Amino acid sequence: MKRIFAREEWCLACHLCEYHCANANLPHKEGGNFNAEMARNLKGRAIRPRIRVEEDDRVHFALSCRHCDEPACKKSCISGAISMINGVVCIDRDKCVGCYTCILACPYGTIVPSDDGHAAQKCELCMQNSCGEPACVAHCPNRAIVYEEVLDE
Amino acid sequence: MKHVIIGNSAGAIGCIEAIRHENTEDEIVVIASEPHHTYGRPLISYYLEGRTDRQRMKYRADDFYEKNCVQTMLGETVTKILPEEKKVALQSGDLVSYDKLLVATGSSPVIFPAEGLELVKDITTFTTLDDAEYLLERVNADARVFIVGAGLIGLKCAEGLRALTEHITVCDLAPRVLSSILPEQPARIMREHLEAHGLKFCLGTGVQRFSVAERGYVALLQSGEPIAFDLLVYAAGVRPNTGLIKDAGGEVNRGILVDEYGRTNLPDIYAAGDCTEAVDVCTGARKIMALLPNAYFQGEAAGRHMAGLAAEHTPLIPENAIGFFGKHILSAGIYPEALTPQEENTEEYYKCFYFDEAEGKLRGYILIEGFARAGIYTALVRDGTKLRPAQWERLRREPGLLAFDIMTRAKILRKKVGAK
Repeated sequence: MKRIFAREEWCLACHLCEYHCANANLPHKEGGNFNAEMARNLKGRAIRPRIRVEEDDRVHFALSCRHCDEPACKKSCISGAISMINGVVCIDRDKCVGCYTCILACPYGTIVPSDDGHAAQKCELCMQNSCGEPACVAHCPNRAIVYEEVLDE
Repeated sequence: MKHVIIGNSAGAIGCIEAIRHENTEDEIVVIASEPHHTYGRPLISYYLEGRTDRQRMKYRADDFYEKNCVQTMLGETVTKILPEEKKVALQSGDLVSYDKLLVATGSSPVIFPAEGLELVKDITTFTTLDDAEYLLERVNADARVFIVGAGLIGLKCAEGLRALTEHITVCDLAPRVLSSILPEQPARIMREHLEAHGLKFCLGTGVQRFSVAERGYVALLQSGEPIAFDLLVYAAGVRPNTGLIKDAGGEVNRGILVDEYGRTNLPDIYAAGDCTEAVDVCTGARKIMALLPNAYFQGEAAGRHMAGLAAEHTPLIPENAIGFFGKHILSAGIYPEALTPQEENTEEYYKCFYFDEAEGKLRGYILIEGFARAGIYTALVRDGTKLRPAQWERLRREPGLLAFDIMTRAKILRKKVGAK
C-alpha cells in the first residue's frame, strides 16, 4: 500500500503542491496539457487544495490526508459518505451533505469544504481524478513529498 | 457465537463493522422496528430540503447486510429481553436466542402534556424518515408550521421546511436557541442568522394551551402571544429508549448505564448510542451524549468486546458539527464556568475556547464559521493533550502541526498512522 509522506527537511514552502492539487481536481480534457491549463484555471483564484503547506520561519511541510487505518472521519460521517476503497479514504460527493462532522473529527485537519460549500473534500491520492498519480508528489521540485510503500514498523 | 443487535442506526452499524473487521464466522442478527435500510438519521432535514434523497441517505450501501453476512429482521419490534434464557421476544411472538446482545434502541421524542394538545390532529415529531415523509406530504407554501423546541432537532427541521414554506414559528422555554450546545453570545449570532432566513422565534416561553381555529389551530403562549398554525412539530426533546433493559433488571438512570466497552450490568448485554449514558472523558462522569459519531464509537467498542477482539475504545466527548443556512457551528468538549472563555468575534467568524491554564489543557471550543482544521482542537480535547502556554497560543491563532515538536510531527508525516 503506497501513501504520501512529507519530508519537512526538504520542503521549500513554495506551495506548488497546493496549486497542482487544486489543478488535478478540476475537470480536464483528455490528453490536454495539465500545466498549461493550471495557470488558466487557477491564476488569481482562491483555491481549496487538499494538501496544505504549514510554515513558520524555520519549519515547512506539506500535509494531506494520512489515510488512517481507523479513520475518525469515516466513523463520524453522518451520511455514510466516507468509505475506505482499497485503503484510500474517499468521500462520495453525492452522499455528502456538507455538515462538516468530518472536519470536526479529523485530528490532522486535512479535510476542507468544497468550493460550493455543499460537501467536504480531501486527498484521495489522485485516484478519483484525471491525474492518476498524486499530483503533489509528481510536481514537488525538491522531493519533499513522496509516494512510497508503507513499511510496517 | 451469535450476536443479536436491536436497532439499525449508527450504533448497530459500528458494532457490525467492528465484528466483521476481524471475524467472519460469528452469526449477526439485526432486529429493528423501522422497516428501512439503515439511513443517516440526521439526514432527514436535508431530505426535507431536497439536498439528498432516499437512495443517497442510506447510511451504508445496498449490499451492506449481504456483504457482512447479517441477517436482518426489519419491521420487527423486540418487546422483551429474557436475560436468563438469553433470548429476546418479538411482537410477533417469536423468540430469538443470542450469545451476545447489543441494545442500540436510540431515543424517542417526548411530548409534554399541554391543554388542548389532543385537539391538534396535524402533529408530528421529527426524528425518523417517516416523520420527514409525513411533513413532505403535508407542507406546501401556504402551510403555517409551528415548531415547539429550538434545539438541534427543531431548528434542523425548520431549516429543511424553509425550502417548502416561509411561515415557520419556533418557540422554546429556553431564552436562547440551541441552548444545549451554545452559551448566550454564539446563540445570539445564530438566532440573528436564522431570523435573517425567515424563521420567527418566541423564546423563553412555552405553550399555555392549544385550540382549534376556523383555519388550523392557535397556540396561546405563556407570554400571551397567540400563534396561528396548520401543522405542529414537536421537537422539545428526546428520551432514551431504556425500557427493554429496565424491564430486564438492568441499571438505568436517564439512559442505560454502560462502561467504556458498552457493557451493561447484565451479563452479555451491551448498549450503545442515544439510549445510553456513558463516560464523558472531559469530566469523568456519565452523561447522555446523543450524537451520531458517539453512537458509532460506542457500537464499535461494544462489537469488538462482543466478538472477543482486542479491547479498544474511542474516548467519548460531547462533539457537534451542525449548519443552518450555510452557517456552520463546530463544537466539542465542555465549557467549565470556572474558566474564562477566550473569545474572538468578527464579521466572518466567532471563536470561543475554554483553555485550562492550570492544567495546560483545552477543555472545549465553539466555532461559528472559522472552523478550518477544527479536528485538531477536537483531538486536543479528546486526548487531554498537555500544552505549554505558548504552544496553545499558537494553536489558538491557527490550528496546525507546527505547534508540536519535531518527533510528534515526524510520526504523523512520515509513518502510517491510525486515529483510534
